[in-house]
Amino acid sequence: MDPTLIGQGLLSGFLFGGVYSLMAVGLTLIFGVMRVVNFAHGDMMVWGMYLAWMLSVRAGIDPYVGFVVCAVALFLLGLVVQRGLVERIVDAPHEMQILLMLGVALVLENAALVTFGPDPARVRSPLSQATVWLGPIFVDLARLLTFGLAMALTGALWLFLARTDLGRSMRAAADNPYGARVIGTDVRKVYGAAFGVGAACVGAAGALVSPILPFQPTSGLGLSVTSFNIVIIGGMGSLPGAFVGGILVSVAESMGAVFLSPSMKELVSFGLLIAILLFRPAGLFGKTAG
Amino acid sequence: MRLLALLAVAVLVALPFVVGSYVVTVLIFIFFYAYLGQAWNIVGGYAGQLSAGHAAFVGIGGYAAALLSAHAGLSPWIGMWIGGALAALLGAVIGYLGFRFGLRGFYFVLLTVAFAEICRVVALNVDAVGGALGLYITFTGNPRQFQFQDNRAYYYVALVLMLASTALVRSIERHRFGAYLTAIRQDEGACEALGVDTLRVKMQAMILSSFLTGVGGTFYAFYLFSLQPNAVFGIPLSVEIIIRPIVGGAGTVMGPILGSFILSPLAEISRTYFAQGGWNGAHLIVYGLLLIAVVLFLPQGAYPALLRLARRRP
Repeated sequence: MDPTLIGQGLLSGFLFGGVYSLMAVGLTLIFGVMRVVNFAHGDMMVWGMYLAWMLSVRAGIDPYVGFVVCAVALFLLGLVVQRGLVERIVDAPHEMQILLMLGVALVLENAALVTFGPDPARVRSPLSQATVWLGPIFVDLARLLTFGLAMALTGALWLFLARTDLGRSMRAAADNPYGARVIGTDVRKVYGAAFGVGAACVGAAGALVSPILPFQPTSGLGLSVTSFNIVIIGGMGSLPGAFVGGILVSVAESMGAVFLSPSMKELVSFGLLIAILLFRPAGLFGKTAG
Repeated sequence: MRLLALLAVAVLVALPFVVGSYVVTVLIFIFFYAYLGQAWNIVGGYAGQLSAGHAAFVGIGGYAAALLSAHAGLSPWIGMWIGGALAALLGAVIGYLGFRFGLRGFYFVLLTVAFAEICRVVALNVDAVGGALGLYITFTGNPRQFQFQDNRAYYYVALVLMLASTALVRSIERHRFGAYLTAIRQDEGACEALGVDTLRVKMQAMILSSFLTGVGGTFYAFYLFSLQPNAVFGIPLSVEIIIRPIVGGAGTVMGPILGSFILSPLAEISRTYFAQGGWNGAHLIVYGLLLIAVVLFLPQGAYPALLRLARRRP
């Protein structure tokens, strides 16, 4: 095997992992705070991609700027889904929550299908043409920018959770919902904010990845499953786990594409998922499973 | 109640001679999905183990019967049992891993999805089973090859599948096994404390469910004459299988049938009307909204609600 090829795969996997991290951080935030698995996560991401596409096509806004709009729009969508639906079933059995979110996923995915049609789309950014050579390995400038912005957003989220009152309340509600309520946390506000911020993360991730990854309405399902893989591998509800897991899964998939074939890269992450489920269901960074 | 059931069966038997071929086709899908839903109902409804990867069993069963027929000349009437057995084997593996390692709720859902997706990717990449092109079955119209000139023959096969699986589930419900399954769904810990070997019971439910689903794969293959990895192993088919018993009432005998009679015509209507306007996927929006509505307003499903309504008015 050509070492240049492996190096190239490692690097592009690593850079693509930034987006995976951001998307998984959003999912794990929602789960950590509310114990609800957002089955519509990938479909929310697809809406982020299409919003970026619309902004670019209709208004000429580059996705590397437009991602802010996408994040805000998805924040609102997340808030609406939380207030309108999830809030009613936070205490219901897990099965019911899964089914509800599956319903939301079906609606979002097919609303995109009806609106945008089934053909793959891609957002053009002037930056996505440029490449930089590092010795024998080339770096796509767009990938680099996507990675950098995804990292910056993840960092901003971390600051928000560590330094602001609302962020602290979120972490409190995630650690101990009952205790958080006892000390007077407005749990309703925290839940709404957590779902909104989680959706904003995945919306921004969608917009940032739109110049380097072609997408279509049905892409959401695969992205959801990838997000689930990552958060389980990292540990459900663990933010560092989602962060590291995102990079890990992306590099593993990229290696799968190099060593097996591009169409079989999913096998690697599913294999990884099954191994983690069986031998360390709490994930790499999680404390307990269940 | 028994009289009503007999009457309903009599009507369904006579129906193909009265209605047109379009209605017959719609009814075939209603019966077939009710059958798959009934098979899922055993493990997903009664035992409460939410498998979201049942499409894998349809695929394994269908591919096995189609390949055996094409390469070994084995009649699908025999191949369907082999397909069922292979699906049961996969079901046993998934069930053992999931139950032995105590995966519940979301974790079990993901395990089943992961296995179905692996099957899909493998089927897409192995050229010996048709690869990305899928498998096509040449039409001979030979009943020995599970192929019929007359649509009505498929109608009766599908009807028998639905009725037989429903009779089986009804008998399970009345026996000890069914009581164990319900007990596991309601409180597995208590069930175990009472001395029930829950692992064994769940395994039996999973194996039976995947076997029946695998047998259904033969019908799928030889009714549609093609197997596409993305369609037959994909998550959307799993959703089709799950949604009917849930809307109708998971863990009830009539739930999958009622659910199928509600959803299949709805899907057919919206597919016909919306697809003409270029609105593909509209029927899935309807599914999604229904799923949301059922969870919020009828968490037990339509059949228990119907029963309550019937009891209120004597």
